[in-house]
Amino acid sequence: MNGLSLKRLVLRLLMLTVVMFAFGFALVPLYDVMCKAFGINGKTGGQYEGSQLADTTRSVRVQFMSTNASDMVWDFYASDDQLQVNPGAVNQMIFIAHNPTDRPMSAQAIPSITPAEAAAYFHKTECFCFTQQVLQPGERIEMPVRFIVDRDLPTGVKHLTLAYTLFDITARHPPVAQASAGDPGRAR
Amino acid sequence: MSAVIDDHAQGHAHGPAKGLMRWVLTTNHKDIGTLYLWFSFTMFLLGGSFAMVIRAELFQPGLQIVEPAFFNQMTTMHGLIMVFGAVMPAFVGLANWMIPLMIGAPDMALPRMNNFSFWLLPAAFLLLVSTLFTPGGGPNFGWTFYAPLSTTYAPASVTFFIFAIHLMGISSIMGAINVIATILNLRAPGMTLMKMPLFVWTWLITAFLLIAVMPVLAGVVTMMLMDIHFGTSFFSAAGGGDPVLFQHVFWFFGHPEVYIMILPAFGAVSSIIPAFSRKPLFGYTSMVYATGAIAFLSFIVWAHHMFVVGIPVVGELFFMYATMLIAVPTGVKVFNWVSTMWEGSLTFETPMLFAIAFVILFTIGGFSGLMLAIAPADFQYHDTYFVVAHFHYVLVPGAIFGIFASAYYWLPKWTGHMYDETLGKLHFWLSFIGMNMAFFPMHFVGLAGMPRRIPDYNLQFADFNMVSSVGAFLFGATQVFFLFIVIKCIRGGEPAPAKPWDGAEGLEWSIPSPAPYHTFQTPPDVE
Repeated sequence: MNGLSLKRLVLRLLMLTVVMFAFGFALVPLYDVMCKAFGINGKTGGQYEGSQLADTTRSVRVQFMSTNASDMVWDFYASDDQLQVNPGAVNQMIFIAHNPTDRPMSAQAIPSITPAEAAAYFHKTECFCFTQQVLQPGERIEMPVRFIVDRDLPTGVKHLTLAYTLFDITARHPPVAQASAGDPGRAR
Repeated sequence: MSAVIDDHAQGHAHGPAKGLMRWVLTTNHKDIGTLYLWFSFTMFLLGGSFAMVIRAELFQPGLQIVEPAFFNQMTTMHGLIMVFGAVMPAFVGLANWMIPLMIGAPDMALPRMNNFSFWLLPAAFLLLVSTLFTPGGGPNFGWTFYAPLSTTYAPASVTFFIFAIHLMGISSIMGAINVIATILNLRAPGMTLMKMPLFVWTWLITAFLLIAVMPVLAGVVTMMLMDIHFGTSFFSAAGGGDPVLFQHVFWFFGHPEVYIMILPAFGAVSSIIPAFSRKPLFGYTSMVYATGAIAFLSFIVWAHHMFVVGIPVVGELFFMYATMLIAVPTGVKVFNWVSTMWEGSLTFETPMLFAIAFVILFTIGGFSGLMLAIAPADFQYHDTYFVVAHFHYVLVPGAIFGIFASAYYWLPKWTGHMYDETLGKLHFWLSFIGMNMAFFPMHFVGLAGMPRRIPDYNLQFADFNMVSSVGAFLFGATQVFFLFIVIKCIRGGEPAPAKPWDGAEGLEWSIPSPAPYHTFQTPPDVE
């Protein structure tokens, strides 16, 4: 018999098992942090507080896409297809949502940037994706997005796509009657 | 294999109990090893019959035999059963039988836990296979069960699938703890770590891999369970989660898992090739370190399964180079096996035939793995039959041939009889031809763009698919023949001496054949 006693060895191995089980769950916040830090997977950061000087020598085309997740029945679209913007300047685009059903519904929009390496350079100062939307039957709202394309955006990137997918979350977050903004959602 | 041990001639204090309860209550490492091996073979035939359904449907283009929904269940269940039901339990069975015999231990360190970890498996697979009979069918999302296919869009039976995975995970972890405790605590005096046979070494490292990644698998299915039933959003973008996270967590488990399925085969082959070359293994120490290096690298390459899901270029490069690095320790191993055979007095009994085929065909699978590791090229290969060809080349002639080689090598020790050499060689050649016929054409159709997991295909792939199907039927039928060879060997045959292979080394050959029910109750002397 060499090394540790059997009981201590088995206890250590069991502890390793528990640690690795916890590590599996630790990958979840770790992944979020990595995605935000490196813009992996086109994930954008939360609300941007800073401001930048516009770089008028350069311009970038930003396209807007809106998609409904399966089972989502709202009309959801951007008021224009694309904008030509200067890095550093604050820009605005209006998105429109309409609830055609006869019941109140709530929704959450998830943004994504393509190409993914540009995601860390796309700052939103205001976005409807920061909160959840509640629409009464037949209601239609205009939702502004204000954003700044960072001056440090790699020069190779001349063209960005901002895509929103709208999810129906009525079952999970039942709409409160007459609430217009809903509760603050998870910042993204 | 009960006939094996019932006729033991040893005058021990007590032999095995009689009847069915012997197998239910047994804590004997040989009995449990036998149970594992029979269970694994049963699952091999079941998973193989699902593969026959797949190949029958793919025999011709168009839909002939099964509905696409059922086809998806067949591909999923084939993968799950082969990985968790056939390959892993077979190696645990070999570990149970051979590790105590190889290190001079009287039994496994934790015999009762050993019994429990085996009997969890039939429960787990009963649960898993029963889902095929539920309304809505069994799991149909592929063995990798990517969310949201396995959460939002899963059949109702997914909950049973999750609990089955939990049971398999618990069983594997307990088995791994048992192996580590046995190897670290029960070695005979004088059996230092660097004197252990390589099968023991590779299993020690495999057991650590199991303890490191099976809990992560348990974690990922638990997250699925919570997403499906408790309203969390780990993998649902609507609630702030991310389906791509699933792939990261899954492959953090999944990549070490493929080494879990191959490392013990490396170990077994490292015993068999020297035995039939009549030379000691070339480069023992480098083999141990190469195994450790492969195990370490397996933790930092997982995203090479995900090159097309959107990773920054730096990430693609990192995972590409890290993956290619694995070819170095693997190359060391292949070099050592070939050098062991170099100028040896080779004979080609069935175990050696399987071992040589293992070296050659596993290397082919390794090379297609290198091709897949090239991130920009993977964009073309991803999710095509080229991937299917690659992992079948490393798993069938890798893991499965390793198991066959081990079975033929140690059958005389287990049963006390020599197997029929002519039939064994026939089994080898039919398996070899069938396997290559089935999987080699998949490289071609994959490069030409045939997607995996689809029950129908373009007419241009028809000829190669028909060849694949014929090869698969041949391979499948041959394995029923293997069952016959094993039963014939158990029931009789030329009596085996204690050491039936003149070039074999190791403590397991110092005890009589068949191995007595209790062995090494006083530790042997190791020089």
